[in-house]
Amino acid sequence: MLKIDIEKCIGCGECEEVCSFGAITVEDEKAKVDPGLCTLCGTCVDTCPEGALEIEAEEKEAKDLSKWKGVWVVSETRADGFAPVTFELLGKARELGDRLSVDVTALLLGSGVKEMAQELIQRGADRVIVVDHPELSDFVDEAYSKIVAHLAEKERPEIIIAGATARGRAFVPQVATMLETGLTADCTGLEIEEDSRNLLQTRPAFGGNLMATIICDDRRPQMATVRPHVLKAMEPDKERDGEIIDFEPSPELLKHRVRVVESVVEEVEGPGLTEADIIVTAGRGLEQKENLHLVEDLAKCLDAGVGATRAITDAGWISSSHQIGQTGATVAPKLYIACGVSGAIQHLVGMQGSEIIVAINKDKDAPIFDVATYAIVADVKDILPALIKKVCKERGIDV
Amino acid sequence: MNIVVCIKQVPDAESVKWDHKTGTLIRDGVKSVINPFDYHAIEAALTLKDVLGAKVTAITMGPPQAQEAIREAMSMGVDDGVVVSDRAFAGADTLATTYTLSKAIERLGDVDAVFCGKQAIDGDTAQVGPGLAVRLGFPCVTYAAGMDVLEGGKGLRIKRMSEQGYDMVEVEFPVVVTVLSLLNVPRVPSLKNKMRAKKAEIPMWSASDIGADPSRIGLAGSPTKVHSTYIPKFEAKREFLEGEPDKQVELLVERLKEAGLL
Ligand SMILES: Cc1cc2nc3c(=O)[nH]c(=O)nc-3n(C[C@H](O)[C@H](O)[C@H](O)COP(=O)(O)OP(=O)(O)OC[C@H]3O[C@@H](n4cnc5c(N)ncnc54)[C@H](O)[C@@H]3O)c2cc1C
Ligand SMILES: Nc1ncnc2c1ncn2[C@@H]1O[C@H](COP(=O)(O)O)[C@@H](O)[C@H]1O
Repeated sequence: MLKIDIEKCIGCGECEEVCSFGAITVEDEKAKVDPGLCTLCGTCVDTCPEGALEIEAEEKEAKDLSKWKGVWVVSETRADGFAPVTFELLGKARELGDRLSVDVTALLLGSGVKEMAQELIQRGADRVIVVDHPELSDFVDEAYSKIVAHLAEKERPEIIIAGATARGRAFVPQVATMLETGLTADCTGLEIEEDSRNLLQTRPAFGGNLMATIICDDRRPQMATVRPHVLKAMEPDKERDGEIIDFEPSPELLKHRVRVVESVVEEVEGPGLTEADIIVTAGRGLEQKENLHLVEDLAKCLDAGVGATRAITDAGWISSSHQIGQTGATVAPKLYIACGVSGAIQHLVGMQGSEIIVAINKDKDAPIFDVATYAIVADVKDILPALIKKVCKERGIDV
Repeated sequence: MNIVVCIKQVPDAESVKWDHKTGTLIRDGVKSVINPFDYHAIEAALTLKDVLGAKVTAITMGPPQAQEAIREAMSMGVDDGVVVSDRAFAGADTLATTYTLSKAIERLGDVDAVFCGKQAIDGDTAQVGPGLAVRLGFPCVTYAAGMDVLEGGKGLRIKRMSEQGYDMVEVEFPVVVTVLSLLNVPRVPSLKNKMRAKKAEIPMWSASDIGADPSRIGLAGSPTKVHSTYIPKFEAKREFLEGEPDKQVELLVERLKEAGLL
């Protein structure tokens, strides 16, 4: 509960002003909190010049957290090797491990994956725990969760990080629940607070309008899933040494109730959306389905993913798996090119974290221009052909 | 057969406005709506009911006003609803939320299937479904984009999406499923159901009603805490590229080259 000391409150309104959630109002020169809106973030407590605000937490028994040591990375494998986020996580884990003076351990689960372990060491791991079993050839999240939770209970790492991919976001919450610990989803930044060894986990909230730093200060392990693309991988170092440990799971750990009857890798042109460096997105401004190829061609020359607004997935121009936004994918590529997209809030929340945003729209007042880095007020049908030609020329591709 | 659908009331994205200069929420006229993904969870539950016959109960943890969300679900055809509401639930993270929801679901009795949205748009965690499955001891299927009933009505065949494509999976009841908006088109409320929803008494369950351990709910039961927040600066470095289309393209390509993107 946020407590306001009415004696101390001078009604200055500073707390009302800084509250991002609209939970505080000053009435009759005294601050009042609406507990329904208050998220206990503590921003107001730090701001109050009179020290009138306080968050009352129930005293918890101090637990011995020092028994938990080491940084773990849950790797993710695919048909053609590791998911790129695995190496990004290892790069960060290496940095965290060095600052905490502990080892970095990578977990490698699957079937026939053992020879891939060396690659994890080259990318920053000190140890790799390999769980190689035919039962794990499909993504059987129940078994994955039990095995990771079992290993964590046994070895007690202080931090476990995984990719915020479809798989990571499916099974890591199950692990956290089994371990009764905190998990922060979809982080974009991780730092260490050195004396407390707390992991500072930063993630967007309210569709990126607010960034929140989350901690898990009285339980271990501290767990987070991290968005692909935001962390930097280390270059592979063939000289790095490390230990490879085999773990033989018991039949009980391997038991699972969801059977994978078929696994289909869908031909997606260019990289998958959430992992693409560049995305070219089509909106209704393309006017008709026949013009969609302009966006696809540009994406091809840029080796980019193709995104879409809901207006055109609803119209059936392209499959919904391309949809970006509140009810589609959340993306944050290096370059986002919005072609004939109005910039409805439901679209913006899925892409406004992109580094460079180019918007092409013939309406100069379109909201998409509010988030654009480069704004082009023009007809997409004029811009795209010229842009495709020029980009292909730059990159030495024949059109 | 008993089906539960978990729904959450969230601020309507369209009515939430931010003042980026002061970094605050503009609070006038913020409306609450059902989390968009949860309409698809409701539809999934009702589809299953249509095939197998079942009682569908909607459940939400939230303030008393969350009744409105339950009434809306009932107007779509959900049979019953419960609001799990208590001051003591405030400040719950996903660990405390799944604990609370699981205690409430256990109170409902034997449940065969639980549907959740893929994620709630206010927190975007996508953790409640999988966590709830562990609490209930059910298997979990995430990111459902297709669903039909197995022969004999013993379980479900689900198309589970990933970055790479999809898996077709089979699972017997009981199960927790989290659904994507690709799965279905939510039905429109009928007049009859609307009338029924309007009149319905919606039970309100407190922490003690569901026998929740006070140390596992709300702030006390939440290991994650908000340490600090900040408003990202949208740098107003927007540049309009002027001129005829050819000129605009030329300027853009120059900028992209400078940024090392070409
Ligand atoms: C609950 C809910 C969830 C939603 N989720 C999503 C989501 O996940 N993703 C999403 O994208 N939307 C979502 N929407 C829909 C969203 O509100 C918008 O309707 C949608 O994003 C609009 O798509 P658009 O920009 O392609 O079309 P429009 O809004 O129709 O915009 C077309 C734009 O193109 C411009 N234009 C027209 N002709 C040309 C031309 N020749 N050259 C250049 N520009 C031109 C116009 O000026 C206009 O700005 C959601 C809506 C709701 C209610
Ligand atoms: N307070 C709540 N009450 C009921 N269901 C919830 C609640 N919070 C989350 N859910 C369900 O869990 C899903 C995922 O939410 P989240 O993990 O918060 O992104 C939602 O789509 C809902 O189905």
